[in-house]
Amino acid sequence: MIAKQVSVFLENKSGRLNEVTQILGDAGINISAFSIADTSDFGVLRMIVPDPEKAVEVLRDHDFSVQTTRVILLNSPNQPGSLAATLKILSDENVFLEYLYAFSMNENTAVIVIRPTDIDKCMEVINRNREALESSGSHFQI
Amino acid sequence: MINCSSDIKMIWNEKIECASREEMRALQSERLVETVQRVYHSIPGYRRKMQEVGLVPADIRSIDDLSKLPFTTKTDLRDNYPFGMFAVPMSEIVRVHASSGTTGKPTVVGYTRKDLNMWAEVVTRSLVMAGAHRNDIVQVAYGYGLFTGGLGIHYGTENLGATVIPISGGNTEKQIRLMQDFGTTVITCTPSYALYLAEVMQEMGIRPEDLKLRVGIFGAEPWSENMRREIEAKLRLKAIDIYGLSEVIGPGVSCECQFQAGMHINEDHFVPEIIDPQTLQPVAPGERGELVFTTVTKEGIPLLRYRTRDLTRLIYDRCECGRTLVRMEKCTGRSDDMLIIRGVNVFPSQIESVLLEMSETEPHYLLIVDREGNLDTLKLMVEVQGQFFSDEIRELQALRMKITHKIESTLGISVDVKLVEPKTIERTAGKAKRVIDNRKL
Repeated sequence: MIAKQVSVFLENKSGRLNEVTQILGDAGINISAFSIADTSDFGVLRMIVPDPEKAVEVLRDHDFSVQTTRVILLNSPNQPGSLAATLKILSDENVFLEYLYAFSMNENTAVIVIRPTDIDKCMEVINRNREALESSGSHFQI
Repeated sequence: MINCSSDIKMIWNEKIECASREEMRALQSERLVETVQRVYHSIPGYRRKMQEVGLVPADIRSIDDLSKLPFTTKTDLRDNYPFGMFAVPMSEIVRVHASSGTTGKPTVVGYTRKDLNMWAEVVTRSLVMAGAHRNDIVQVAYGYGLFTGGLGIHYGTENLGATVIPISGGNTEKQIRLMQDFGTTVITCTPSYALYLAEVMQEMGIRPEDLKLRVGIFGAEPWSENMRREIEAKLRLKAIDIYGLSEVIGPGVSCECQFQAGMHINEDHFVPEIIDPQTLQPVAPGERGELVFTTVTKEGIPLLRYRTRDLTRLIYDRCECGRTLVRMEKCTGRSDDMLIIRGVNVFPSQIESVLLEMSETEPHYLLIVDREGNLDTLKLMVEVQGQFFSDEIRELQALRMKITHKIESTLGISVDVKLVEPKTIERTAGKAKRVIDNRKL
């Protein structure tokens, strides 16, 4: 499925990540998954949370530069080779990815968060290859 | 002072440079009266300004009447961009120069043939004040181009009869190699570049005693006595301060002599005044204030009471060198927010206008000027917009490059742009503090 990922612009200075997590914690927002992309000067914190609108609101209230991005969440068996099988299908169809990250749900299932350059094309490819994906154990999640 | 030989002059134009105060005032008066007549009839802007305060040219009878005249500012030049302040038809203008303006539009100045001759004369006087003579080899490491530094010194040097090496700025190792190979005796550049030259020289394993440098003529940016001592020690030469601004003529408005006790103003062409920048009234003699110039011989773009925004004081005592030309102290600051970075004039408002054109950033910024090693560095912190930032690093980097290019092409100097979070730049009483200058001058 397509989810709204929350992205926060952060300068590379100590304590900023801590502040973001504290603000979300105080607002009762759980972070399901996150990743950080960084350069020498700044970074971008990307998060999957149950209530992205609320997360955006509380972070903006604290003057953070926040926005949401559409990403694809894909369930995948938590076992060797399954990520490779999924990515092969996408790369065979020339789907370019800006970034992706993954987290384990439990012993059996992992979730891949994908930000393709062209989200509609990626969805179309996934739908068309649903059978192949499912035979490798991957399916849409949540 | 006496000439050492028929070849080598200690004072280029003794009649003028050593004139009595009465003689100088008489000359200035005569030239001022003529200038006012001329601008009143040839520049509508000046005529209007004079009419507004109820002045006609006949009211200006001597240099004592100078303070009756209205002021001219950089804004007047900008409003009349590009050629509106020229007092002669374009067919009489043989060259233009330009310097950066406050909002991206440069300030354009035009020179007639006579203006260029006069400029060469005042630069030659300055070179001689600095201790240069016709047997010297002068390496001009100021930029050539729209900036007045390079070409200004160039023609003054030719007029002196010395040898010019028109190398322009940059290319530091080549500069040093040529100094060695050609036997350069006089170097002219910005003081910070002089220190950089010394540093590179050391890296190349060249000692100053391997070179023939004797005199350095440095200007286009503020520098301290400490910096002078450092340059003199590292390059083993006499470091002379030269002053000028393109609006008035370029380098050669004033220059220090061998006694390094203030810069002699070529006041037979540029009549100085010091005013209080708040009340705009002339200050008592010898007091500090804003330097104002009236050009009394210039044809292309004559200026009545041009406010330089530089803060200094005038010294009318006779100088040990024998010159009677009034001296100005090193400028101690500005009465506006202009910064001089690597010899380039930078107004914070230029940066603001670039940022306002871009939707991705807030027009909140902080400019940090530093001197690393011997070169000025410029760092710009820009707040990203609260809502419309991209979460892709690639795009954020592209935004950073876009800002960098826009600022660099506006200012003409390189800048290190750093994206920062919204509302992190300190606001004081609702207004951001725009500039931090960490240079110790």
